[in-house]
Amino acid sequence: MINKIKTLISFAFVLFSASAFSQTTDAPMEMADGMRQSGKIYVVVAVLCIIFTGIVTYLIILDRKINKLEKEIKNK
Amino acid sequence: MKNNWWKIVSVVFVLYTIIAGFLLKVPALAMVHESIRNLYFHVPMWFTMIAILFVSLWHSIKYLYKFDIKSDIVASQAASVGTLFGILGIATGSIWTRYTWGESSGLWWVNDVKLNGAAITLLIYFAYFILRGSIDEEQKRARISAVYNIFAYVMLIVFLLILPRMTDSLHPGNGGNPGFSKYDLDKYMRMVFYPAIIGWILIAIWILTLRVRTEKLKRKTLFDD
Repeated sequence: MINKIKTLISFAFVLFSASAFSQTTDAPMEMADGMRQSGKIYVVVAVLCIIFTGIVTYLIILDRKINKLEKEIKNK
Repeated sequence: MKNNWWKIVSVVFVLYTIIAGFLLKVPALAMVHESIRNLYFHVPMWFTMIAILFVSLWHSIKYLYKFDIKSDIVASQAASVGTLFGILGIATGSIWTRYTWGESSGLWWVNDVKLNGAAITLLIYFAYFILRGSIDEEQKRARISAVYNIFAYVMLIVFLLILPRMTDSLHPGNGGNPGFSKYDLDKYMRMVFYPAIIGWILIAIWILTLRVRTEKLKRKTLFDD
């Protein structure tokens, strides 16, 4: 009997400590904004995508410039 | 446009790896944690360098067969694009080192056979440009630097691929230290890693074609005027 009470009490303690644990975390402050999900990692992804597309645009412009020069020299 | 489809492929692949590389699940591992995602960006730099420097080697050999100056132009421009990716690889690797192996010491560089081998390889390729710059006569420069370039690639294989496997190394894939692929690279990581390699190699080839075309234009206008 005493053993049963002991296990019940210890079980209760575990339960309480578990609830105390969950209460220590703050209420979520996230907004319903896709960019703020998962620790704002989407912001980093967006920044990298912009940087990369910027570099690619630069490459495309260079490519066209060289095309033009090649044609000009051919026609000279 | 029909000759440019591979440029679109390269951009789509790299954009995909940037998005999927950050958002897909990765295995939780000690020490590397989320930095395992560097695998999608740091490792393709080296794969690209080795691939582009192979293009350089190929054209150097071709030059020694046919003595066509066009091969020398491709070889030299490929060497410089390859070196660029090597510098990117060593810089990204240094940051990764700082927050994994160097976490406790705060060091940006670890005295490791793989890292030192990478540094030596880059120095060998820097010497290639110094050698080219020191010879004025075109054919002579092309011939001597082509021979040196073959030597440089052999040294790359020795310093990056052979020596690190013969001794202990911290770097994955060397000295009895398995690469990520063996145990950690699950099928989700492969789905990002392989497109990353293909994408970056194609980007490098794109940059290479631009450099070759400008160099040819430069020489044409210099000789015509």
